[in-house]
Amino acid sequence: MLEVKDLHVTVEGKEILKGLSLTINPGEVHAIMGPNGAGKSTLSAVIAGKDGYEVTSGTITFEGKDVLEMDIEERACAGLLLGFQYPVEIPGVKNIYLLKAALNAQRAARGEDEMPAPEFMKLVREKIKFMKMDSSFLQRAVNEGFSGGEKKRNEILQMLLLQPKLAMLDEIDSGLDIDAMKVVADGVNSLRDANRAILMVTHYQRLLDHIVPDVVHVLVDGRIVKTGGKDLALELESRGYEWVLEESAA
Amino acid sequence: MSDEQTFLDALSARGTRRGAEPTWIAARRQAGAARFEALGFPTRRDEAFKYTDVRAIARGDFTLAQDAQDLTPLSPATAAALTLPLEALRLTFVDGIFAPELSDLAALPSGVSVEPLSQALADNHEAVGGALGRLAGVDFSPFTALNTSFAEEGAVIRLAPGTVVEAPILVQFLSRANATPLMSHPRVLIEAGARSQATVIEHQVGEEEAANFSNLVSEVMLERGAILTHYKLQEASLKDLHVSSLHIDQGRDSRFTSFNLNLGGSLVRNDIVAELNAQGAEANYYGLFFAQGRQHVDNHTLVNHNAPHTFSNENYKGILGDRAHGVFNGKVIVRRESQKIEAHQSNANLLLSDRAEIDTKPELEIYADDVKCSHGATTGQLDEEAIFALRARGIDEETARGLLTLAFAGEVMEQVSLDAVAERVERTVAGKLPERFNLAGLVEVAAALDEE
Repeated sequence: MLEVKDLHVTVEGKEILKGLSLTINPGEVHAIMGPNGAGKSTLSAVIAGKDGYEVTSGTITFEGKDVLEMDIEERACAGLLLGFQYPVEIPGVKNIYLLKAALNAQRAARGEDEMPAPEFMKLVREKIKFMKMDSSFLQRAVNEGFSGGEKKRNEILQMLLLQPKLAMLDEIDSGLDIDAMKVVADGVNSLRDANRAILMVTHYQRLLDHIVPDVVHVLVDGRIVKTGGKDLALELESRGYEWVLEESAA
Repeated sequence: MSDEQTFLDALSARGTRRGAEPTWIAARRQAGAARFEALGFPTRRDEAFKYTDVRAIARGDFTLAQDAQDLTPLSPATAAALTLPLEALRLTFVDGIFAPELSDLAALPSGVSVEPLSQALADNHEAVGGALGRLAGVDFSPFTALNTSFAEEGAVIRLAPGTVVEAPILVQFLSRANATPLMSHPRVLIEAGARSQATVIEHQVGEEEAANFSNLVSEVMLERGAILTHYKLQEASLKDLHVSSLHIDQGRDSRFTSFNLNLGGSLVRNDIVAELNAQGAEANYYGLFFAQGRQHVDNHTLVNHNAPHTFSNENYKGILGDRAHGVFNGKVIVRRESQKIEAHQSNANLLLSDRAEIDTKPELEIYADDVKCSHGATTGQLDEEAIFALRARGIDEETARGLLTLAFAGEVMEQVSLDAVAERVERTVAGKLPERFNLAGLVEVAAALDEE
């Protein structure tokens, strides 16, 4: 589904990713862990198409298509969706506006008609209930004045509505208390199915107790240095990252 | 021949065709003409017109619709499409001429009178003469003088004390596409008795190819405790030239709220002047100007705090694209004896292109020492982070920019309680953007949600 090969990325002249390779198949949940500054957030930002990241070599393909040749919105419409670590506040744009505009843009890209308003409202209400959010959130400006936890729930709400093929979640657990974590994890877990993949970037093992990954990667200094099953995350939690570095250097 | 002479000639030509008039009217016309001749059209050397070049008007050759030989009729279907879809008491003028067939005053409640100026003059010209021109004399500007010399038609709205008019009073000025450019100098007079309450909409709109000049003067008098909401919805064609001044005289505890919404016109200049003459008087100015192409929109506002315990609040938003030029000049004058007043002013502008230009100038003259005043002006661009966030959800870049533009306008529009007006503005702001996505549909969904 997603194939990243020997990716090199520089930010403001500094090389952040130094030959990263990664393969994600449908139905899989991957977690990328690593110390601060390893390049975890860079990877998902590059896949989503954020400005300021220069790909100096390597490829990213999604379902056989060259992702680096696609516009930001094309990537999203193709089913590549990024849940932000720090969701931006958009004053004056109501949540309901964003959801409708995004959903219809994606439908249009697939050649489908706009979803009729009553059907749309029914769908939104169902998803918002699942995320234990009050319907008043729909009329509020996107993320404006939301707490950290509310912003993250809002990201997942968008995922539930837009149903991406590959959901990328960048530090979705940061700033969440345990109750919010459960709601967010339930949301993410509801997305799991045989045709969809999830890529989580996280600093802490804690999230992985709630969203159990199939594959865990350790990203250190711009490269994936170790890949394993869910137990690897537990090992990292107890032993830290040093041993992985030593092992890969050996 | 000078620019002024063209207009003075048109005035004397009209004088020979117009029937006899009461002496006070004839005298005012003369005074207006003399003042206009003496002042001449303003130039950029005049402080009040420093950023606005009116040569497109001064050098024009406009004919009064009353005197035009080649008038193209405005079809009823066109007029209907231009009319705001709302239940209202309606007076319609087409290029300054009253159009009874496009007006509807059937539901006029008691205690309120809404008439074309010509009718009010015919009924009792002395009753009109006392109030007309009291606030907008010939000295205010060359355009007011010009209006005074030409004005024959317009609206006279009177509210008896205690009268509350539920339906908005819509005064619409339609501008038609015509082979010869036309001019009109309408006059609006609103007298609101004590504790009366109403909403008046002045709506400038016209055919796409219209290229006319309109020069409106409105005077509003609010007695004690009167509450008036005034909308100006200016959707003139992109070739129309429009100048207006709105003068408000406020008595004790009266409240005036202005929505000055400008979407059209090639050259637009609006002046608003409120006199807060007694304590408790409150003026709220909300404004939005949205200009693209080479549109030029200039808003000059003034609040005179002439009495203690008076309040003013102003919020103007400008959105300028392409090579459009916006001007905001907001002046507040607080007299020495006007203690305990509050005056707040804010102007935020959004530039959608590198070549768009805004001149914003707050002017506070405060001579009292116990006051609460604030002002702020900002100019910025769309938030690129927010654009990325929208695009990362699949929304194309043009639409993302459109949404954020709409959002910027939304901050003022949230204060607009008339849905028909809000929707017209929202759709115009969104609809002028590339139509890859039906932004207007979003308005409907939000509305549908509210109704559930």
